[in-house]
Amino acid sequence: MSSRETILQRLRNRTGGELTVPECDFSVLQRPDWSTAERVDRFERMIESVHGEVHRCTDDNWMNRLAEILATRGARNLLVAKTHEISQSLRNAGRNDLPELLIYDEPVHSWKGHLFNEVDASITSTRGGIAETGSLILWPTVDEPRLMSLVPPVHIAILKASELYTTFHEAMKAQNWSAGMPTNALLISGPSKTADIEQTLAYGVHGPKELIVLVIE
Amino acid sequence: MVDTIRVYPSKPAKVYFYGTCLVDMFYPDAGIAGVELLEREGIEVLFPQNQTCCGQPAYTSGYHDQARSVAKAQLDLFPGDWPIVVPSGSCGGMMRKHYPALFKDTTDEVKAAGIAGRVWELTDFLLNVCHIKLDDLGEPTTVAMHTSCSARREMGVAEVGPKLLGQLKNVNLVEQIRPEECCGFGGTFAVRHPEISGAMVSEKVDTLVEAGTKEFVTTDCGCLMNIAGYAEKNQKPLEGQHILSFLWARTQDKGGQQS
Amino acid sequence: MSETAEHTDHHIDVKQFHPRAQAAIQNPKIRKNFRSAMDGLMSKRKAAFEGWDLETLRDLGANIRMRALANLPDLLEQLEKKLTENGVKVHWAVDGDEACRIVRDICKARDAKTVIKGKSMVSEEMELNHYLQEQDIEALESDLGEYIVQLADETPSHIIMPAIHKNTGEISQLLHDKTGTDLSNDVEYLTASARLQLREKFMNADVGVSGVNFAVAETGTLCLVENEGNGRMTTTVPPCHIAVTGIEKVVPTMEDLTGLLALLTRSATGQHITTYFNMISGPRKAEELDGPEEVHLVLVDNGRSSIYQDDELLDTLRCIRCGACMNHCPVYTRVGGHAYGTTYPGPIGKILMPHLIGLDEGRHLPTASSLCGACGEVCPVKIPIPDLLVRLRQESVDGDKLHPAKVRGHGAKRSTMEAMIWKGWAWMHASPGFYRFGTGAASKLRALQPASAGAWTDYRTAPKLAAKTLHQRMKERGQ
Repeated sequence: MSSRETILQRLRNRTGGELTVPECDFSVLQRPDWSTAERVDRFERMIESVHGEVHRCTDDNWMNRLAEILATRGARNLLVAKTHEISQSLRNAGRNDLPELLIYDEPVHSWKGHLFNEVDASITSTRGGIAETGSLILWPTVDEPRLMSLVPPVHIAILKASELYTTFHEAMKAQNWSAGMPTNALLISGPSKTADIEQTLAYGVHGPKELIVLVIE
Repeated sequence: MVDTIRVYPSKPAKVYFYGTCLVDMFYPDAGIAGVELLEREGIEVLFPQNQTCCGQPAYTSGYHDQARSVAKAQLDLFPGDWPIVVPSGSCGGMMRKHYPALFKDTTDEVKAAGIAGRVWELTDFLLNVCHIKLDDLGEPTTVAMHTSCSARREMGVAEVGPKLLGQLKNVNLVEQIRPEECCGFGGTFAVRHPEISGAMVSEKVDTLVEAGTKEFVTTDCGCLMNIAGYAEKNQKPLEGQHILSFLWARTQDKGGQQS
Repeated sequence: MSETAEHTDHHIDVKQFHPRAQAAIQNPKIRKNFRSAMDGLMSKRKAAFEGWDLETLRDLGANIRMRALANLPDLLEQLEKKLTENGVKVHWAVDGDEACRIVRDICKARDAKTVIKGKSMVSEEMELNHYLQEQDIEALESDLGEYIVQLADETPSHIIMPAIHKNTGEISQLLHDKTGTDLSNDVEYLTASARLQLREKFMNADVGVSGVNFAVAETGTLCLVENEGNGRMTTTVPPCHIAVTGIEKVVPTMEDLTGLLALLTRSATGQHITTYFNMISGPRKAEELDGPEEVHLVLVDNGRSSIYQDDELLDTLRCIRCGACMNHCPVYTRVGGHAYGTTYPGPIGKILMPHLIGLDEGRHLPTASSLCGACGEVCPVKIPIPDLLVRLRQESVDGDKLHPAKVRGHGAKRSTMEAMIWKGWAWMHASPGFYRFGTGAASKLRALQPASAGAWTDYRTAPKLAAKTLHQRMKERGQ
């Protein structure tokens, strides 16, 4: 008998009594229906409490803010998606205050060393955010691959205020996640950090040292 | 672990007093203080002379057959419908929480459940059933309270001791750090793992002394003999007594006569 | 078995709990490191749940886990089906050795020489690192705490904070000795230096091995909770990702994650959420530019299906590995994680390990508790840990052949002498007349009470018998 069958058989033929299947009431996770402004406030507070940055912007000025952020950090380049509108607008802006734009358009194995060692910052979109915990929802795609938000030391994310949900539960229901998930999805709630050395927080242990969110209001 | 809803009965004419074996042999003054407090509230105290031990030592040691035979000998002590009061969170917890499990699927199941539902930790009973009002006649003093883990977590009466002590106008109640941390008694744990238990009680004594008190009161005699016994052996400036002894003494005239 | 003979040499003798506990208690550095760490974790947890209806939330957590366990075999099959549809290869292992061999075979098939690991307690259970080393496969831990512990050739002393037994100075010295990092008390510097060393490893590793916090059956999704990003690196950068998990980790729905995640991170470290919550549902698709080409899931039983047989012990399997029970345990705080000598230390270890190693090997585990109940009070899924400790005590002293053995090593701790003492005790306390006679006589003879009472009086004075028992005094009062 295979291990699979052995295990399943042991579980199916358990000696104890019938197991009850309790009801699960998720209403304890509900929060009052915050206004967008309240959600942005809460989101900002939560991200800042974990060493992240939030910049409130508009469709018209986010690129200015981005340029400032990158200039302050002396970023030599910015990793962008191939076709996403964020990438398109940056490339079409023809600005000279932005660093070199690197496009993630090749499989990672062909430029892994460069990605790990030479890229200073990246910018990605999000699938919304969660106000309660200060979280960004990312579903990496062919256009915006997984490592964009992980490898460069600075990750900048664009979040539309209108796509900010109150709770994880609300976000998941609204986007109908139970119908199927992409190969990779994640919540990001701050820069990479560790407290493994005597509970002292240190940032950027493996992922980005900085998480900067541009909230488009 | 604590029942979410507890409905207190109205004040009864009589109660059964379940003294517990530690009170019986080592701290009978605490038992008598409890009886006096109840009587002062106008309650007649019934003391079944055939009571021995709730069975907990054997139960927590894993000897459930032995625990059951001892517990079974307690089941017929309370024929009337009166509440059963216990000057201990630990023995109270055994009777209220563990008797139903211990007698599950036996012929005594119903009887055990009936008794469990009538068991009250005595300070809880004084405060929430008798609505006791304490008139402090003692000299100003400072004490700390140590609520036993079973009083806190099985009986859910952590608020009771401080409330009662709060009624005493000349008593300054100081809070120890980590009041919810175990003193290290744990019954047979103290002798099976003496070094761990010793480390726990030594820190407990230190935190009590650091809280700025030379005196502590507690709901349970196990904690009392552990904490006070450690302090005595190691010459720490700390003495303890059962909260019932303390409450009774504070509300007496110097002559020991009540008005 | 011969394949893993060496591998078992690494085992710590769990039975030597007492000497290890004593040594830890007498080590001021260990005492201080754990006390301050546990104080910090307790207060952070408390703050994180402020404003929550915690009892109701814990009820939800318990119900989610109970519902999953009630349908465990069906859910595992559903999970396997979904994952397979998503392109993930699912393997089943009855024990740790088989799980190790599965990982090895996947590595060999890819001619893999280096494995980078994310944090996984199941892989600790399997002792995977040592096994792979014997197979000439380098296995490197990438979680900073696990990395430190691995450099020191130790095991984790806490399931969430593996290196919590060490202070900054000790870690600095270790990194200096093993990796040439300059000595420093600057945690940022030490962290940055580990980052540099591990980045190289991530780039070049052939395989990534991770654990799983929750596996969702309805979508075939493997979830990982982490702060460092090493979990993401491990599961994204190498061309092959192997996830290992206990069979109990499956939940039916995505919605279940919301309740469990809310509880897990707050209970563990007092965080509202961790930096990363990874949801992996398959390998990279042809058109994708990164992610592993192969994803495997190894479902490990290793004693869990035995625990599953018993209605009471089953509750052990609700555990979501938050570590709150150890953070709040006064015993764990005093002796630290290594004293237990087991993969999982603290209260959860005391109720889980006896199933994995047997009650003979783990004889001291269930008794090393004052039954204070702090663990059960904070458990996010309401595992009645103190009750289960009592149950395992019963299992370990039970000599009654009528009771079927539910745990390996049933009755291992039974001694005829101890059983006789309890029988005598029971007889006296079930006989009120003898009880009154005995206690009354003891009171009369109290002048003869010995000052020493075994281990009790090593630390305390003996309680003093009263002149008269309560029974006698009540009788005198006419009651």
